[in-house]
Amino acid sequence: MKRELTCIICPRGCTLSVDTDVTPAVVTGNSCPKGETYGIEECTHPVRTVTAIMRVANREDTMVSVKTAAPIPKEHIFDCMAEINRTTVDAPVKIGQKVLTNVFGTDIIVTKKIL
Amino acid sequence: MTEHDIVVIGGGPAGMAAAVAAFDNGVTDVVILDRDEHLGGILNQCIHNGFGLHKLGRELTGPEYAAVYAEKVAERGIRVYDKTMVTAVSKDRIVTAQNKDGMLEIKAKAVILAMGCRERPRGALSIPGARPAGVYSAGTAQKLVNCMGYAVGKKVVILGSGDIGLIMARRMSLQGAKVEAVCEIMPYSGGLTRNIVQCLEDFGIPLYLSTTVAEIHGKKRVEGVTIAQVDENRRVIESTKRYIPCDTLLLSCGLIPENELTSSAGIAMSGITSGALVDEYRQTETAGIFACGNVLQVHDLVDYVSDEAELAGIGAARFVKGTLGTFETIETKPENGVRYVLPQRVSLGRNEDVSLFLRVVKPFGKVRFTVKSGDTVLANAVRLKAAPGEMEKLTVRAEKMQNITEPITVCLEEVQ
Repeated sequence: MKRELTCIICPRGCTLSVDTDVTPAVVTGNSCPKGETYGIEECTHPVRTVTAIMRVANREDTMVSVKTAAPIPKEHIFDCMAEINRTTVDAPVKIGQKVLTNVFGTDIIVTKKIL
Repeated sequence: MTEHDIVVIGGGPAGMAAAVAAFDNGVTDVVILDRDEHLGGILNQCIHNGFGLHKLGRELTGPEYAAVYAEKVAERGIRVYDKTMVTAVSKDRIVTAQNKDGMLEIKAKAVILAMGCRERPRGALSIPGARPAGVYSAGTAQKLVNCMGYAVGKKVVILGSGDIGLIMARRMSLQGAKVEAVCEIMPYSGGLTRNIVQCLEDFGIPLYLSTTVAEIHGKKRVEGVTIAQVDENRRVIESTKRYIPCDTLLLSCGLIPENELTSSAGIAMSGITSGALVDEYRQTETAGIFACGNVLQVHDLVDYVSDEAELAGIGAARFVKGTLGTFETIETKPENGVRYVLPQRVSLGRNEDVSLFLRVVKPFGKVRFTVKSGDTVLANAVRLKAAPGEMEKLTVRAEKMQNITEPITVCLEEVQ
């Protein structure tokens, strides 16, 4: 089967064509090696980086932005959001600080400094 | 009145990168005036990722990208006046501002305008209907959700498919809301294709093109909207009207450079970009005043904002040191299929490469861009596709510009 995809790795947004009838799948239309990896992943096990916000318990009306340290399987995005929504942090926090570990194979880390 | 070599107005991505570049080019007396409490501008509410791929070679979220530059500002000891609102700039480079200490007047040797842009509000869109709560510009909703943790709505319709609208469609979905539709009045989206894929298709959100919101319903709170298709003149086709129940309408209908200071100062502006007219170092037609970032032209990518701000920072530093030079300039002109070209004029005799930034008038397939002066071809480039939502960059080599006398034109032609 051939699938047409738009690469989401960078803003260039290459139109990819992925042939999954052969192993390994063949990607055409990509401008860089990242596009090839994306094309194959998207057709086998699509992943996404999830970005979200987490409540800062000891600050009024304050949220801190967080993200998955690595992309997670697309089908777990909402489960990952549920984990994040269940959790709060206490300030101060710094960029890169782990706030949850082992969430669908990666960590949830802070992306904004709160003093 | 105090004096500084360079005053940067705005502490977002453009202002920070400009201040850092000015400092690194030998002018250490640089100050940033910003109305917010923290540096970073709009990046602080853009918690999604995708920033920095071009400029920093890694993928960051907005707050992380802002932190990289805020750190550069801090390392250099560049003074930041926060919670400071600039109220006037004059052509002789006196900057007037207000903060809790009262009024500040700063005499600058060079000024860099980096005030960014704001969203087109409902009032500018003339949407008929009631005026209930629940109508937000997409960026306002983004701030309420991402910085303050409010749930803005549960059933959402988004008008406009610019990048902020698309990003908010995903954000609202992730936060548990149901996004019923994104409506775009134009026959194509103004956003990046990758955002349509990862923000709409990933979440099964329909994008209706050539469709607008014809009426907003509800007394106290939005109860629903009537959407309808539009004809080629963007007039509502009555027979296509359809009611969608919802409690929230987000507007993502374009960004307007925030140029009140610029136009009040009497600095020459472009009617197309709604920003100042500039040369290759982003100097406006008023000597010593530079502009960069979204106040100059609305960008798609912060990476290009940083690049542009560095040019302005270098230009301002050289102006202060007296090494920028004054040269004869020629105009750049958009032709056939190109909406605008920036910078609007280019100095002759610098012997440096110049990058031209432009947007096309409508979506195209494969195109060839040609940069010419009279009959002389200065540069050309082929792109597999071109769209109004994606800014193009074409570089003209220094040696090509040595003997030109006629305006630089940029046109495109479709190729097979």
